[in-house]
Amino acid sequence: MKILTGNDLKTGAVIWWTGVGWSLDVNDAADVAEDGAAIVAREEGVQNVFAAYVVDGVRSDEGVRPAHIKERIRALGPTVRPDLTLKPSDPDAINWVI
Amino acid sequence: MVEVQFRFRNDEAVNDPAVTVDSFAQQTNAAAVRIEPGDDARALLPHLERIALVEVNFPAWTDGRGYSSARVLREAGYTGELRAVGDIAPDMLGHLQRCGFDAFAPDKALNPADAEAAFGRWNNVYQATVVDGRQAIWAKRHPAA
Amino acid sequence: MYKYDEYDQEMVDTRVAEFRDQVRRRISGELTEDQFRPLRLQNGLYLQLHAYMLRVAVPYGTLNSAQMKVLGDIADKYDRGYGHFTTRQNIQYNWIKLEETPDLLAELAAVEMHAIQTSGNCIRNISSDQYAGAAADEIVDPRPYAELLRQWSSFHPEFLTLPRKFKIAVIASEKDRAAMKLHDIGIKMVRNDAGEIGAQFYVGGGMGRTPMIAPMIREFVPLDQLITYSEACLRVYNRYGRRDNKYKARIKILVHELGKDEYTRQVEEEFAHLLTMPIEPPLAELERIKTHFVEPAFDAGASDELDLSDPDFRLWVERNTHAHKQAGYVIATVSLKPVGGIPGDASADQIRLMAQLAKDYSFDELRVTHAQNIVFPHVRKADLYTLWQALDAAELGTANLDTVGDIIACPGLDYCSLANARSIPVAQKISQRFGSAEKQAELGELKLKISGCINACGHHHAGHIGILGVDRKGVENYQLLLGGSEGADTSLGQITGPGFDEDGIVNAVEKATNVYLSNKQGEERFLDTYRRIGMAPFKEAIYG
Repeated sequence: MKILTGNDLKTGAVIWWTGVGWSLDVNDAADVAEDGAAIVAREEGVQNVFAAYVVDGVRSDEGVRPAHIKERIRALGPTVRPDLTLKPSDPDAINWVI
Repeated sequence: MVEVQFRFRNDEAVNDPAVTVDSFAQQTNAAAVRIEPGDDARALLPHLERIALVEVNFPAWTDGRGYSSARVLREAGYTGELRAVGDIAPDMLGHLQRCGFDAFAPDKALNPADAEAAFGRWNNVYQATVVDGRQAIWAKRHPAA
Repeated sequence: MYKYDEYDQEMVDTRVAEFRDQVRRRISGELTEDQFRPLRLQNGLYLQLHAYMLRVAVPYGTLNSAQMKVLGDIADKYDRGYGHFTTRQNIQYNWIKLEETPDLLAELAAVEMHAIQTSGNCIRNISSDQYAGAAADEIVDPRPYAELLRQWSSFHPEFLTLPRKFKIAVIASEKDRAAMKLHDIGIKMVRNDAGEIGAQFYVGGGMGRTPMIAPMIREFVPLDQLITYSEACLRVYNRYGRRDNKYKARIKILVHELGKDEYTRQVEEEFAHLLTMPIEPPLAELERIKTHFVEPAFDAGASDELDLSDPDFRLWVERNTHAHKQAGYVIATVSLKPVGGIPGDASADQIRLMAQLAKDYSFDELRVTHAQNIVFPHVRKADLYTLWQALDAAELGTANLDTVGDIIACPGLDYCSLANARSIPVAQKISQRFGSAEKQAELGELKLKISGCINACGHHHAGHIGILGVDRKGVENYQLLLGGSEGADTSLGQITGPGFDEDGIVNAVEKATNVYLSNKQGEERFLDTYRRIGMAPFKEAIYG
């Protein structure tokens, strides 16, 4: 699947396109198929996001996992500071990244 | 022709067609020349007294070669109009002026309030560019006896 | 250290107002991201993998305790309770909000700090020797010259849209503690035959994709021509540096492509012209700046005695302190590389503790080193044990300066959107593998540097052992380099061969150190043994 990620303009937070809006949780990411560029252009135009780009992802029962380690780190947080990630209490979170 | 949105001169604006740096020497009736980023402004130094208008083009405001071209001309004694044209970022207007530009013809008209704020932003300056007529902070710290 | 006068203060205050207005125009949509990006970069605000990152300038690595305390408070108030000290003597915060940045900058301005030109295609923070003003081997304190250049380079209207970033370092000793020749301009203050102080210019060094050692361009520039000569160097670069290819846009490429002699000729021509213009500050300005860098009021009777009966303290003194020019004093380095820790990171509490300790024991002054550590430049030997105990209690007492545990690492893929691989976990594993005091003592001086990508922010080319993270078909991979050096004997590391995964690179490093230990003669360091026996024995041990 193709998913979209970008940043919130005011806060810089990493966000993922859900199909109707932007979420902090990568598991809410929607498959944009071939519409990624068009959605980015529209959403950046009204400043709902900036620096948005398309990446590959895989959906499973657990949720959505970006294909590249860079976006997995982006989705979770720094692997060397579990306390600063979105899942500070989850000991398996690092495995999901790596 | 793109409008000169800001001009800090009292004389009449020259609107001769601007020729290229390469052709200026041969074009003995030309009074206006246009400097592109890759041109050498020093090629014009033998002809300064004939030039009434120099346009310096900024195809992208992030390509700053025009700042050096401007200073080079002013340092050599050029007193005609020095006009910045092209992609001019309002936030750079003060810096352009300090390099000797006295006229600005951006591709797209700038927000006048932003431009005014930019021109007047810096009360003081760390460097002496000389060509802007401003006194550097170090000169204010050490007034000549 | 330098104190702002009303002009300096007005400049940083004006900059805050300017940026506040730019942020307003960005949030309202009046400025697009393309228009805003270069503006925010020139205020140190990057977009990184997780959030906006702010790089705060620490000019030539010097700050006082009030400033250090504010850096700690900012970490708590605007970030997530910690900061990262960088290889250019700056500090970075990783979780900054755009809408809060103007207020943050205003708080910095209130203590004479800023984030001016810490990014963007302009002249960046000028770095210097972390022992300036304290080491006996300097001919002068280099920092007044760095300050003169800082003011000259700040908002210089001709040089804000250079082809690329521009980094300057200033030193004043034969021993190069600032990797001077690996900068776009490196300046060494020297004495000529007449005994006069002047500046020796090296232009065209750098790391990155094509590391180069800067050649000397000018043997001696008199002090009253320092700004004019610098301006000539920059103008030639602004006019002729490449703008067609981002990876060939640094001045090192220009110097390399023109050749040193032609670049020098062009600079001398521009210099001769600029000397006819009144752009040079009077020497009185340099003298004024120097008045801020007088020696602290040392205690002339300070005892040179040091009780080293505590073995942990003795180890720290041996490793982490350096002789001071004043009897009874030492220069003390605080390691921000605890075993298994994140190199260069410090918590807000640790930062505030160091601020207090500087106030109590180091004449209110600290330094940031390009090896991502902190220095207390002027500590009385009589206070050293108390200082160390306080540091040790806060996990700041690791005795590993310049050993294999003193790893320089960029933030890497954990934080940086340019990275190809994570660097911090590799640093942590190596740190743990060689964590024992015995092992570190056995290996002696060993500068290990890790970069997460070819941009080389970890200075891996200049490591005795260097590690470069790459992306090999979506999987992190690490190349090993040997034999780099950043000192006066600058050399660039050589790749050993094929790369490794994370565990593999740690093993390869260990094999390399074993080759050193087996072949070491006398007091040779790792670097010396490598230079003597060459790559072959290492290659064989690692891949054989």
